[in-house]
Amino acid sequence: MKRKIVSDIKGTRILVVSFILGTLVICMAFGFENEPQPVAQLKTPVKKDSIASVKAFQQVYRVLMSPRCMNCHPSGDIPLQGDDSHLHDMFPKRGVEGKGLLAMKCTNCHQPENTKGLHAPPGNPNWHLPPANMKMVFQGKTARQLAKQLVDPTQNGNKNMKMLIAHADDDLVKWGWAPGDGRTLPPLSHAEFKKQWLIWLNTGAYAPKK
Amino acid sequence: MIKLNINQKAHEIDADPEMPLLWAIRDLVGLTGTKYGCGVAQCGACVVHLDGEAVRSCVTKLKRAQGKQITTIEGLSENNDHPLQLAWNEVSVPQCGYCHSGQIMSAAVLLKEKPNPTDEDIDNAMAGNLCRCGTYPRIRQAIHMAAEMQKKGGV
Repeated sequence: MKRKIVSDIKGTRILVVSFILGTLVICMAFGFENEPQPVAQLKTPVKKDSIASVKAFQQVYRVLMSPRCMNCHPSGDIPLQGDDSHLHDMFPKRGVEGKGLLAMKCTNCHQPENTKGLHAPPGNPNWHLPPANMKMVFQGKTARQLAKQLVDPTQNGNKNMKMLIAHADDDLVKWGWAPGDGRTLPPLSHAEFKKQWLIWLNTGAYAPKK
Repeated sequence: MIKLNINQKAHEIDADPEMPLLWAIRDLVGLTGTKYGCGVAQCGACVVHLDGEAVRSCVTKLKRAQGKQITTIEGLSENNDHPLQLAWNEVSVPQCGYCHSGQIMSAAVLLKEKPNPTDEDIDNAMAGNLCRCGTYPRIRQAIHMAAEMQKKGGV
């Protein structure tokens, strides 16, 4: 009887140790430093794969940090301009809604479509910066910081998973691939960007280590 | 035919909807107070009001202006007595004068939205209106003066 009890205890210990080791192996496989993002809390089915997710985000990051995207996500309240992302000539300010202010509103110069010619204002019906209460800054952000920001509804414009997915096809986002005369395109095509964006989100939206 | 409402007067214009509003205002309607400066929305000489906003008419196409209220410098006041016009005159703001219809039209939007503007408000509103003569200190002075006139309600 005593021998059976000892045997049961040993068996339980083996099970517990195996469980802990197994958990450790799984955690190591996904990487402690690539913790999943809050988007996973949005109850959208994702097939978690930290390696594929981070790899996809590295491509997404290249696009988001290109001038066509980053210039309207500045760290200050003045938009950026040009492939060197200098401060916008005339220093227009963000304003409360991100649409400029006073006699310097975005659509005073930016039309519903690109104005033809070099150095003429680009355009879109919805031309604007992020609003003052949620600036959604890209400029100066590391890939890790930006990945975390993009899936945090308190920093991403209150977007849930579904809205994030749809955002790849937002008309103003897509303007980046039709930016008008003299402006370089993002480093990926829109189709490739969208593919990488969806891979990133659908594999758990992991943030890179850096 | 394009229907435009300029200074509360209806105009029917035979023009391409892609034509810049500035061309229609100056060349087809004959209101030459609005000036052509750069043609690419960089200088502000061509500012007019479109439904109360200070748009640059050199890049605003007729198709955008159709059905909206357009106000040019000629329509800012009935007798050239808008507080800004009076203040501009009082301070003798212009030197060559070329940019000043645009300056006044931008300043009018500023005063409408900020009746008592600070220097910072003036900078924010007027940074897109260039003056090659460098009359900026007098522009600032005149805007403050016009704000005072508005406050007193005399004009």
